[in-house]
Amino acid sequence: MTIRASKLWFGYAVAMAWFYVLLWPLLGIKAAGLEFAASFAIWSKVAVAAAICLVLYQVKQAGAFNFLTKPTERVGEAASAAFRRVPTWLSLAVVLALAVIFPLFTERYAHDVAISILVYIILGLGLNIVVGMAGLLDLGYIAFFGVGAYTYALLSVHFGLSFWLCLPIAASFSALAGCLIGYPTLRMRGDYLAIVTLGFGEIVRIVINNWMSLTNGPNGVLGIKPPGAYWFNGASLEHVWLNHLEQLYYIILALAVFTVLAVYRLNYSRIGRAFEAVREDQTAAELMGVNTLRIKLLAYALGAVFGGLAGTFFAARMQFVSPESFTFIESAMVLAMVVLGGMGSIPGVILGAVALIALPEVFRGFELYRMFVFGGVMAAMMIFRPKGLWPAKRLGARSEERE
Amino acid sequence: MDFFFQQLVNGITLGGVYALVALGYTMVYGIIQLINFAHGEIFAAGGYMGVILISWLFAQGYPPFLCLGVALLLAMGYCALLAMALEKLAYKPLRQSSRLSVLLSALGMSIFLQNGLMLTQGVYDRAYPGEMVQGGFEVGTVMISYMQIIIVAVTVLLLVALNLLVFKTRIGKAMRATAQDKTMSGLVGINSGRIISITFAIGAALAAAAGIMVGLYYGSVRYDMGFVPGIKAFSAAVLGGIGNITGAMLGGLIIGMIEVFAAGYISSEYKDVFAFIILIAVLYFMPTGIMGENVDDTRV
Repeated sequence: MTIRASKLWFGYAVAMAWFYVLLWPLLGIKAAGLEFAASFAIWSKVAVAAAICLVLYQVKQAGAFNFLTKPTERVGEAASAAFRRVPTWLSLAVVLALAVIFPLFTERYAHDVAISILVYIILGLGLNIVVGMAGLLDLGYIAFFGVGAYTYALLSVHFGLSFWLCLPIAASFSALAGCLIGYPTLRMRGDYLAIVTLGFGEIVRIVINNWMSLTNGPNGVLGIKPPGAYWFNGASLEHVWLNHLEQLYYIILALAVFTVLAVYRLNYSRIGRAFEAVREDQTAAELMGVNTLRIKLLAYALGAVFGGLAGTFFAARMQFVSPESFTFIESAMVLAMVVLGGMGSIPGVILGAVALIALPEVFRGFELYRMFVFGGVMAAMMIFRPKGLWPAKRLGARSEERE
Repeated sequence: MDFFFQQLVNGITLGGVYALVALGYTMVYGIIQLINFAHGEIFAAGGYMGVILISWLFAQGYPPFLCLGVALLLAMGYCALLAMALEKLAYKPLRQSSRLSVLLSALGMSIFLQNGLMLTQGVYDRAYPGEMVQGGFEVGTVMISYMQIIIVAVTVLLLVALNLLVFKTRIGKAMRATAQDKTMSGLVGINSGRIISITFAIGAALAAAAGIMVGLYYGSVRYDMGFVPGIKAFSAAVLGGIGNITGAMLGGLIIGMIEVFAAGYISSEYKDVFAFIILIAVLYFMPTGIMGENVDDTRV
């Protein structure tokens, strides 16, 4: 569909005038007096950028880029065909091998970034079970991350339990929390569920923040032990703390690989299919004999388990936890990874996590603008590419296509 | 007992403000079944516009009441324009998409606007000019500030105006018709796109007024001030029965009261938790709210 040029430019003029009216009062009205320079500088940049986009759009519609796009398309097709011919196990093996040798030729800073990416991959995949597979929008997911982190933090500080023992304990605690939060919300659908999970996420954070005797409130918990291991030192077996970044990197890599495998297997299991059935049509699923209440609860619990695992690692890696790490914005961030990458798609979620953690590191100078851009991109993605960067492969027609 | 009446006065003040914000949620939900996550940010933008305009007008030497009145009107207009732009850009292209997409788009816009406010206004609190409206009077031992009187008066005025608009004018009738059945109202010649735009504008104007009043009440605004009141106001809308205008007013008042009394008698640290618990309890035990009509599958 092409839009007539006159209509396009008229719309542009109205939009830019509107934008200036919205922008100027924020920057231009000062107690000292009115000024126009600062707002005009920003406005003119945006206006020029938008105009360039419009011109490009018109030129593209007129077909002037065909000499460029046609060959690129052909190259792209050839590349994707070649990629498809490579067996999946081979490409996976290459990715895994790269991930394994990654610390050997990089430095501390890169390890640090890679560790956060892997933590977020686990979180994203966990949330993907709830949102992508079962279709339950959860805006308080980070609460499970918090439950996992605090479980390990408190057990480690007060009882000296080891990281490895706490992994399953924290995961079960998170699963329990998932069931507790999930149970009352399961009768709701869609957007009500979103707002209630958001409320629960905030409740968890507020409780952590105020329960001074248990969590030390906003000051956080200090002195959490890193993971320990027994290692041969000469002939004798010795206990060592794995607190070097490379060691932590391999631990989280192992956890991430475990998560990917688990979620992949889940996708093709009976439970995974039940999740999908509930997502597509709850009533129909129930008629087919799916116990929807139990399946939804299971989705919550499974999602929470991975949140808890990631949280345990997070506490061990930082050796400090405080309620500040579990705010709503973190939930939104994890959700954005799932959405950006493609709901229900494992490679998509991984790509989303890499994009959202690595890109801000590359553009360090624009730190302040990170969330700003990110909110805009989230809305734009929904409009232009609602299935994400790497959409999940699915069979049959989906209800959202029919609606 | 004095403490009780004092809290009652505070509760009415706060409840009125929540009611104003809740109306925006309930009207938008009633018409396009969307939780407008960015509504809290529009409320915050209203608060900022209040600071900006009142500081400016005050510096020009106008009397406080004139400053307040003019700032109120201009901020309401500003937020109406903002909400209309928001609707056009982020929600209208998604009218045919799944509801999850629109919800995520709304969430994205909420983050976008919040950070936009932060980038243009800074991360620190911005204070209202201190000498705006001061003082108050005592009834017995209950202290009522003039500020509270102004807030309640403006709230009541706006609520009455809204009721007249929705139930007595042609536009109001068109809004109610569109909320009931978009296709049918389209067939009788109502431009639903325009009505949706107007609904957003009205909701935003009310939120802007609420933002200014919260700013005046607490003395300052912050870029993330919209988040928690936004959820509380949504709870109020749900409590009253989503889509129901009278219900939203009632719900706002109840939530405000509960918050103030819970903070006063139980625990002020956990005051935010109570609103969430009420939201969850209402959704669980009576999803239609106090005044809501029967809710079908698509709504709950």
